[in-house]
Amino acid sequence: MQTTPPPRLEVSGLEVRFGGLTALDDVSLTVGDGQTVALIGPNGAGKTTLFNAVCGLVRPRRGTVGVAGRPAPSSPTGLLAAGVARTLQGLGLFEQLSVLENVLVPLSSLRRDAERARAVLADLDLASVADRPVGTLPYPERKRVALARALVTDPGLLLLDEPAGGLGSADIDALAATVRALAEDGRAVALVEHHVDFVMAVADRIVVLDFGKVIAAGTPDEVRGDPAVEAAYLGGAS
Amino acid sequence: MDRLVFLLSSGLARGAVLALFALSLVIVWRAARVVNFAQAAMAIAAVYVAFAITAASGSYWLGLIGGLATGALLGAAVEAGLMRRVPHTTPLPGMIVAIGLVMILQSGLSIAFGPQHRTMRPPFSERPFDLGGVPVLSPYELFVLVVAALVMGGLALLFNRTSLGLQLRASAFAPETSRLLGVRVPRMVTVGWMLSVATAALAALLLVPTELGLNPFAADLLFVNAFAVAVIGGLDSPAGALAAGIGVGILSSLVTGYVSASAAPLAVLAVLTAVLLLRPGGLVAAGKARSA
Repeated sequence: MQTTPPPRLEVSGLEVRFGGLTALDDVSLTVGDGQTVALIGPNGAGKTTLFNAVCGLVRPRRGTVGVAGRPAPSSPTGLLAAGVARTLQGLGLFEQLSVLENVLVPLSSLRRDAERARAVLADLDLASVADRPVGTLPYPERKRVALARALVTDPGLLLLDEPAGGLGSADIDALAATVRALAEDGRAVALVEHHVDFVMAVADRIVVLDFGKVIAAGTPDEVRGDPAVEAAYLGGAS
Repeated sequence: MDRLVFLLSSGLARGAVLALFALSLVIVWRAARVVNFAQAAMAIAAVYVAFAITAASGSYWLGLIGGLATGALLGAAVEAGLMRRVPHTTPLPGMIVAIGLVMILQSGLSIAFGPQHRTMRPPFSERPFDLGGVPVLSPYELFVLVVAALVMGGLALLFNRTSLGLQLRASAFAPETSRLLGVRVPRMVTVGWMLSVATAALAALLLVPTELGLNPFAADLLFVNAFAVAVIGGLDSPAGALAAGIGVGILSSLVTGYVSASAAPLAVLAVLTAVLLLRPGGLVAAGKARSA
């Protein structure tokens, strides 16, 4: 008898409060290997807070977070070891370091891992700028450096916080192809994003948050036609 | 001309020691955002240990190794036991704690070893080489230059060619982002303190034999000059510390030789004032301040 592997990410009944404010209220979702799940919702809906809870940066009042069937580690090193990597909303790059050095920071050995880092940079069309300081690159390339740094640890679960933010349409199309390829490689991808067309192009499932609650979840087509979603978000955004 | 060559060569050796000490201040500033006013007192505490080991064993080299190890351990102890508990919202609390530490260490050393000057013999002669009738570097000054160059080269390799060095730099630039990427930032801060105080101890060890002798306050002037050097070079810049250290060492030597010894500190202060007026971030100012 074949058993079904546990989802790569399983969030169950998560509640996060900041003082009197309920940032997440009974939020549950799963992301399986090879699946892309997008979290959408208005500003302040709790999307990034959910990522922070998954990464142990905020402590939930209730609920659980599991990674590949085990409780999610709360330390950054534990998360890396569990195969979880994340990009940050504000890029979080080291402007003074080179592209290659930025990508090498999460790794343990420059000599042993440099080849892998260069391969990841080549995959994202960054090989030619590997030795340049990140601060000298145009914004779309810096976004790709942030993605490369998340990919260099070969994560099974990738959390992308507004990956399309600030990009033009050509760069967004290229990013969509990259994200689809990552999922086809078998990675679980969870992303927070405002850019609706991008989300519709890459997501297998969409979870819509509003005031910390899941107000809709389903395939892009199901979510697109949901009146509650249109009222809360899509109607105003499109 | 002979005099100029002599002053330049001795200024170079003096500048190398200044650069080393200034580099130690830059390392701890980058690692912990603390201007460590206790650097001289901590370095001298390590020199006392080196002195004791040399006196007991008869070996300068064992004393040197013991002094460096003591500097590193003292750096770790002060960071873990004291500085880590200081609020880091601004650099001021750390500076005040460091000033308090100076008083504790210097008083403790005075009680333990007495305030008198103790002679530390250099491992090599201080008599200058005679090149065609021109006095140039002494063997000890040559030793100082070689050691300073090796240590600076080693630190450059550590920071630029190793994973530890990369994580030290990343932690210095953006500690919170580094932590999210799995860098053990508190450990990096401890390592920064260890490297910093060991480097300062080495600079003091190289300087003391050429001064009046070892006493609890023997590195105070070195600290003042090296702090000026670090600010001139740019507190965030190891390359700036190196360049400014050599430059200030040579300037002091030339002013001492051609004007008077008492005018040398004024010359350094004049350069410091000019740099602060024209380039407040230092000659080799870092591009951006630390971020989250």
